[in-house]
Amino acid sequence: MSTPQDQTILVLLDRGPDGQLAASAAGLLAAAVALGTPVALIVGEDADALAERAAALGAARVLTAPGDQDALTVPAVDALQAAAGHVTPAAVIAAHSVEGREVAARFALRTGAALALDAVAVERDEEGIVARHAAYGGDYLVTSAATFGAPVITLREGSVDAPPPGDGAGGDIAPEVLDVTPSEAPAARVESVEPAREASDRPDLRSAAKVVSGGRGLGSAEQFALVEELADALGAAVGASRAAVDAGFVPASHQVGQTGVSVSPQLYVALGISGAIQHLAGMQTASTIVVINTDDKAPLFEIADFGVVGDVFTVVPQLIEALRSEGSS
Amino acid sequence: MRILVLAKPVPDTYGQRTLSLETGLADRDADVAVLDEISERALEVALAHAGDHDGTEVVVLAMAPQSLQASLRKALAMGAHDAVQVVDDALVGADAVLTAEVLAAAAQRTGFDLIVAGNASTDGSGGVVPAMIAERLGIACATSLSSASIADGEVRGERASDGATLTVCAALPAVISITEALPDPRMPNFKGIMAAKKKEIETLRLGDLGVEALPDDVARSIMVEASERPPREAGTIITDTGDAGTQLARFLVANRLA
Ligand SMILES: Cc1cc2nc3c(=O)[nH]c(=O)nc-3n(C[C@H](O)[C@H](O)[C@H](O)COP(=O)(O)OP(=O)(O)OC[C@H]3O[C@@H](n4cnc5c(N)ncnc54)[C@H](O)[C@@H]3O)c2cc1C
Ligand SMILES: Nc1ncnc2c1ncn2[C@@H]1O[C@H](COP(=O)(O)O)[C@@H](O)[C@H]1O
Repeated sequence: MSTPQDQTILVLLDRGPDGQLAASAAGLLAAAVALGTPVALIVGEDADALAERAAALGAARVLTAPGDQDALTVPAVDALQAAAGHVTPAAVIAAHSVEGREVAARFALRTGAALALDAVAVERDEEGIVARHAAYGGDYLVTSAATFGAPVITLREGSVDAPPPGDGAGGDIAPEVLDVTPSEAPAARVESVEPAREASDRPDLRSAAKVVSGGRGLGSAEQFALVEELADALGAAVGASRAAVDAGFVPASHQVGQTGVSVSPQLYVALGISGAIQHLAGMQTASTIVVINTDDKAPLFEIADFGVVGDVFTVVPQLIEALRSEGSS
Repeated sequence: MRILVLAKPVPDTYGQRTLSLETGLADRDADVAVLDEISERALEVALAHAGDHDGTEVVVLAMAPQSLQASLRKALAMGAHDAVQVVDDALVGADAVLTAEVLAAAAQRTGFDLIVAGNASTDGSGGVVPAMIAERLGIACATSLSSASIADGEVRGERASDGATLTVCAALPAVISITEALPDPRMPNFKGIMAAKKKEIETLRLGDLGVEALPDDVARSIMVEASERPPREAGTIITDTGDAGTQLARFLVANRLA
């Protein structure tokens, strides 16, 4: 009988538009280390060059597969199938990103494996590997398990903390190139790729320890700069309500809520956001919630740890000023 | 052309949504069901195309308990020509894989050139059912589209992916899923509501589809535990009288959050 730590956990790593490993890689491998021996799978051109980085993040072995860049999703599903055939994992873990979750789901359907989606934690109990999920915007904590076999689990980005840098074994690791038999499943063609233009020196919204979000109350795209200013003063990521996204203040990738990103930071600051139930669904599990709103009846005040009934255009500049003098004193 | 729209009835997010702590499943009796907003947007994509292209037939397909049939009437009232509902007691607690298997079988039976779905449902928010349907049916798939143009033989759109926007193109038959960047759904008008009342909703059962809920050789994901998150404790609320920004800074510093 093999001990749990001998069991292989196959981890599909996403790549960003720049070809590098996506930010989710560290959390995925950290989650896998806790369950067994992580084996990373990296798909696409020049995947071998990323093996060392994956090893530094905790991968014990790295499998690579070239994959056709112009075909959407299918090459990665084929590679995952080949990888699973090669290492017989006790679980497969992927990011719950647009790309990662689809590859994982198609693989699960193809192979008859159980699929656990959008997990915020993975653990072992007496029965085996279980996944924890924050259902209905964090109102409930639900645990799921596979009826049998190795589960395929997608992990919410930012939900598992990466170990501090330098912890991994790292060093030299020889990537193993997989022999993938293409499924010939029809795929959509990628005609062009436009990397998102984002101010990249801000922390990533999904994994940030602090988030400052703005809503319709900011009034305009120009005035939304106030949200960014406070975010920079706090070293926070920038979020938004759907109303702010719909009004064109910020790109949709910043939307927090039920149909946007779910965040669970140390600090969440909501500026000019009323607190509709769909917004709460994406942020109510934050450790500390700060709210600034002119309307004392705004529902967000009900879950605020510190609320200010006031105008963001007077309170926030004063706050930034006070934080600056604090920093310099 | 026949466009099949996957429309999911979900608990209304404007109300309280409840999970049974015993089964970990949505409490259908306690919650008010509506058509998922993103499903309505998907329907809007199909209806807008049908409005400009004679001979386009729009059929909505849902897997949902019998009691939620009323929400499919809304899709008919908006202008869908037909509706198909898969109903079976064995589907209570169906996971995403089973849902996809059922919808794929029902889609095949109904026939289609294009399947249009939402990118993620608001209750499960798995965001994977459309891709799994494509996998099962062996057809192309383009998900998370923030724009979609349907033409003869192909569908093209912009895909809001992770950190990039891709322009993608799929040959029909295909599955697409759309995001809330697409236009708001139309409201049903009086004529549509009257017409919807008279329409028959076709009901299919698992037996009609040749899908098994719990086969021996396919694993399922099941809920084994559920608990409610404890309510948050009330915090400090102040009204700005000129120094709220300074007070807030002090709060952040004191809690090591600045
Ligand atoms: C299916 C569905 C999914 C949805 N998903 C999401 C989602 O993912 N995320 C999301 O956010 N919403 C979502 N919504 C929309 C949600 O219902 C609300 O419409 C939205 O959150 C409102 O955004 P808001 O708070 O910015 O705007 P409003 O509700 O208009 O609130 C603006 C607030 O700003 C305050 N204000 C105005 N001026 C100032 C000032 N100078 N200083 C301080 N305060 C000021 C006002 O008092 C008000 O409370 C969804 C809705 C549906 C139906
Ligand atoms: N039970 C269902 N009935 C009809 N459509 C569904 C169902 N489940 C999922 N879908 C479709 O698939 C999309 C994505 O759902 P999901 O993968 O559950 O997040 C939804 O927006 C619907 O279009």
